[in-house]
Parts: sequence; C-alpha cells; structure tokens
Amino acid sequence: MTASGSTSAAGPAPGVTPGAASGPPVRAAHRHPRPWRATLRAIPTLLRIGVAETVAYRAEFVIWMLTTSLPLVMLGLWTSVAAEAPFRGYDSADFVAYYLSVLVVRNLTGSWVSWQLEDEIRRGMLSMRLLRPIHPFLSFAASHLASVPLRGVIALPVAVVLLLSSGADALTRDLAQLAWLLPALALGWFLSFCILFAIGALAFFLERSSAIVDVYFGVFAVLSGYLVPLTIMPAWLAAVAQVTPFRGIIGIPVQIVTDPSLGPMGAARLVGFQALWAVAVLLLLSWLWRRGVRRFEAFGA
Amino acid sequence: MITATALRKEFQVSRRPPGLRAALASLLHRRTETVVAVDEVSFSIAEGERVGFLGPNGAGKTTTLKMLAGLLHPTRGQAEVGGFVPHRRERGFLCAITLVMGQKQQLIWDLPPSETFAMNRAIFDVPVREYKDALDELVTLLSLAPVLDKPTRQLSLGERMRCELAAALIHRPKVLFLDEPTIGLDVEMQLAIREFIRSYNQRHRATVMLTSHYMDDVVALCPRVIVIDGGKLLHDGDLRTLIKAKDPDKRVSCLVPRAVAEPDVMPQVAARLAGLGEVTLEGARLRLRLPESRLAEVIGILLSELRVSDLSIEDPPLEDVMRAMFRKPAASQEPARDASAEARE
Repeated sequence: MTASGSTSAAGPAPGVTPGAASGPPVRAAHRHPRPWRATLRAIPTLLRIGVAETVAYRAEFVIWMLTTSLPLVMLGLWTSVAAEAPFRGYDSADFVAYYLSVLVVRNLTGSWVSWQLEDEIRRGMLSMRLLRPIHPFLSFAASHLASVPLRGVIALPVAVVLLLSSGADALTRDLAQLAWLLPALALGWFLSFCILFAIGALAFFLERSSAIVDVYFGVFAVLSGYLVPLTIMPAWLAAVAQVTPFRGIIGIPVQIVTDPSLGPMGAARLVGFQALWAVAVLLLLSWLWRRGVRRFEAFGA
Repeated sequence: MITATALRKEFQVSRRPPGLRAALASLLHRRTETVVAVDEVSFSIAEGERVGFLGPNGAGKTTTLKMLAGLLHPTRGQAEVGGFVPHRRERGFLCAITLVMGQKQQLIWDLPPSETFAMNRAIFDVPVREYKDALDELVTLLSLAPVLDKPTRQLSLGERMRCELAAALIHRPKVLFLDEPTIGLDVEMQLAIREFIRSYNQRHRATVMLTSHYMDDVVALCPRVIVIDGGKLLHDGDLRTLIKAKDPDKRVSCLVPRAVAEPDVMPQVAARLAGLGEVTLEGARLRLRLPESRLAEVIGILLSELRVSDLSIEDPPLEDVMRAMFRKPAASQEPARDASAEARE
C-alpha cells in the first residue's frame, strides 16, 4: 500500500461543514508579530504560579534552606579562632558580619534548577516545555525567581540579627556603596541560576549531570567565599577566585556590605565584573542549550 | 493541514553485550548502530479530518507524531503542519497545535489543575474572555467542575487525563496529536474522552491524529486510518475499506432455540451450514464467519429454518485485522526491532 493523495476517502469529520467552522474560531496561527511582548505578559502569571509552587513544596523548601546553614558552622569555627587575636585582619565581629552576610546572600542567590532540569531531560518531560511558546529558561527562571521573596522570610531575621550583633560595627555605612547591593544580589542570583541551568543542560549529553553538580559545589564553596573569606585564603587561591565567576554569587554582594574601604566606585566595578560574567555564562549556556536541544531532537525527545 | 513527505527518522543506538569485559570495553569504544524508526513515510491530512494512526509497538507511530509536533528533527524528508515546518517550533506553530501523550503529563503535580490552565493561558497569551469561553466549554464537556481546585496529585487517573486534555486545549489548537489519550482508563472514561475528542473536532473543525492501542477508540473516532509497521507505511485510507480488504468475511451471531441446541440436533445444523462458512457454537450462541456473498442465503436459513433470535451481522473486529496484518510469515520476518526503538514508542 502506498501513501495517499491529499485527502482521505473519508473526508472531513461528520457534522463538519467544509469551509466553515461550526464552533468558536480557533486562534489565528500568525497572531504574534512580537513574541517577546506575549512572553512579557506571561511573566506575572508565571511568578504567581511560582509562588504557589514554592508554598506547595514547603517541606522541601525548608529542608533546602537548612542545607544552606553551613555559614553558621563556619561562623562558630572562625569566631573561636579569632577569640583571642584577629586572624589575618579578621576579628570576631568581622567574622560575625561576614558569615551572617554570607547566609543572607546564599539564601537569596542559591538555586536548585540543575536537578529539576536534569530530571525533566532524563524522563523526557522537557518535551512538554518545548511545545510551549516560551523558552524553558524563562519559565524555569520565573518559577525560581518567585521563590526569592519567600527565601527572604528566612534571610530577613538573619539580617536583623546581624544588625543587632557585634558584627554591625563591621558593616559599611556608605549608602552610595550599599546602593550597589541590590544589583549585585540580582546578578548573583542570575549567575548562579545560569551556571546551574548549564550544568542541568549537560544531561542532554551525560547520563547524570548531578555528578557534575557535586563537583561544582565543591569548587563553588571554596572560590565563592562561601566557606572562607577570599582575603584570608592563600594568595594563589585568592588570585584564582578573583577571576572566576563564583565570587559574583557570594563574595561580591558580601564584600559590598562588609568592606567599608570599597567605596561606591569599587562596588560599581565589582557589579561590572558580575555583569561581564553573566553575559559570558549566558552565551555559553545558549550555545550549550542549542546543541543539547538538537541532540534531544535527534535522539528521542 | 498536515503533510509528511518521505519522512525518515534514524536513531543511533549503542550496543553492548552483557558482562564485565564488555562493560569495560564500552568505556573505550562504544558500538553503535543505526535503527530506522520511520522509513520514507508520506501522507497528507486535510483540515477537520480525524485520522487513526495504527501499528504495533515500535512501529514508529510516536516517532512520527513527535516529528509532526516539532519535537524530533527528521533525518530526511519533510513535514509541514498548518503551513509551518514543525521542528522550527515557531510561536505561531506552537499556538496552533497540541500534543497529548497519555504517559507524559504537563499538569503541575502539587497545584490544582486550574493553576496549570491559568499558566497555559498566560504562556499562549490567550485573551481573558477567550480563555473563559474555552475553559467553560472544556469544564462542561469534560465534567471538570468537581476537580478544578483539587491538587493534581489527589486526582484519579481518569480525572487527571481529562485535565491533561483540557490543559492541552486551553489555547484552542487547530491540530491535535493524541498519543494514547485513553491509556489505562476504564471503559466509561474511554467513552467520555472519545466523545469529547469527536465534539472538539466538530465544534472547532480541528484536525485530529490519534494513536491508540484500543481499537474501539479508532473505530469510533476515525473514518480514516494510516497503518505503519517497521517504520513503513502499510495502508492509508478508509477504515472500512481496510477491513474489507484484509478480512472480507462477515461475522454473524445469533441465539438458536433450545431444541436446536440439543447435542443430537446441532451436528445436523452445523453440517447444513458448514459449506457456507465457519461455524462455532457456544451454548445457545451460534457464530458464523462467512463471505458477504453468502449472507442472504445464510440469514434466510437461520431465520426460516432455525428460527434464531438476537441476530447481528458485523464487520470483523479491527483487532483481528491488525493482528493479521502485523503477523509476519516466518520466512519473510525482518529482524526483531531494537528494544530501544520500542522504548521510544
């Protein structure tokens, strides 16, 4: 049997009048001359659904929050080290300021998107996202961004404790410098999200990208300043940390808050550093994503 | 509305014999081979048609649907849906189609279905009034009112499937690719979904392409069927013509009177009918399989001589026709299709 011609012998469905729709009109296919406008209009709803999801997954959310409490352990360790004399210029108050700031920044800039993306790629569920007229990066980003205010619920009390503690003395009071904190946090979140999204996208090529996430967290914890302030690291390691993107996620926002010597221009330069890395990581991610989706299309979607 | 021209899809599948040595060897050198999932398939479907897409497991049905929905890039050949090249996944194309896969869900697991509907409204940029109309229609046709605000995880399989359909149709797509939409559902729910698909097709003049292991779905919904096996197109045309071509015999079923069903009488009846067709008797139920040309003669005998009741005449079940089509003679049997290709189905 060979292929048919243009229509079947059966013709259109019973009850259907050729050439005239019998029900409400189906939407025109070429309706969106500016797709980005439609995407922008979708963002508020995606954020609202993201909040609903975060609230629904509250147990997982709280557990994830608890996993970010490592700075408190480090705080206990370093304050005891610095109890008698400052360590490389850091006294107890400096450590309190540093680690409480790290805790706040980590809560606001962390992400778990790589696990979600890996899971969706492995189980083929990404197909359903690819069939929606919004880039999966944007839909994941909106969903994750929506959880940030809820993370603030945890970050805020820590920030209050910081302001009331001995660490308050070690914080900068230069408002012009502090004005750079918000963009620094936003870029920190974006960098972290992009890097973890790129690692999740490796599942297009590898059986399990979660193994890469483990390696990433090891490197991240050291080079971002999450474990130890970059300024008390060995010089060669601090030099590496200075040029890698990881300090953009933790170290830079923390430095803007805890380094009075930085000044507004210094803070601006650090935010510029974050922005450069954000562009670089986004370009890398976009290349990786295109190749990955092509592979997904070739190997089974 | 849908055109496939010499569509072909090949997959590279890795091969590894069992055992530790093979596992270690595969670290250095991975053997792969090419599996042809869809082989030069061509067809064309007009706007408003409902077409059944049939074939055994691993035949290439889902692969073809995925190529038409834009999820898979064809190795060769061309696909066109509503004037779009599917794999480019342009916004206009994505707004015009939907793909429902019975085994993959798009509902947000921990939120009520109404949230997924709202999300799809925003993503597909459906104006609020159109959304309300579409939602009202879907809620009525699919009886969704009681489940709209329950978390998806608490819904039964049937309720979830109805919500999946609604989520997939909230943007009123023009082309529906339905891959096993009734899988795992009970008979009542299958009927409800079937009825809904027919109604959607008629209301919106939507084009429907359906795969299902339940032949009743296909018989009830699809005047036209496309049959593929081993990635190759075997038949494209009217369902009744297919059935007639592959198995022209009619099935007659009737109840014989108790006196006729007696062991000493029945052999004579069977002998009387034997030359006319295949006869089986289960209790008082007499079944015959016979050519259409003999139908009038046999019905005459059954009614006038045997005085049967509850008489029905039917085409052969589609399952039987399919089974016969896909049964390959041992000599011409192709190598068994790759397991991974089946898994893709």
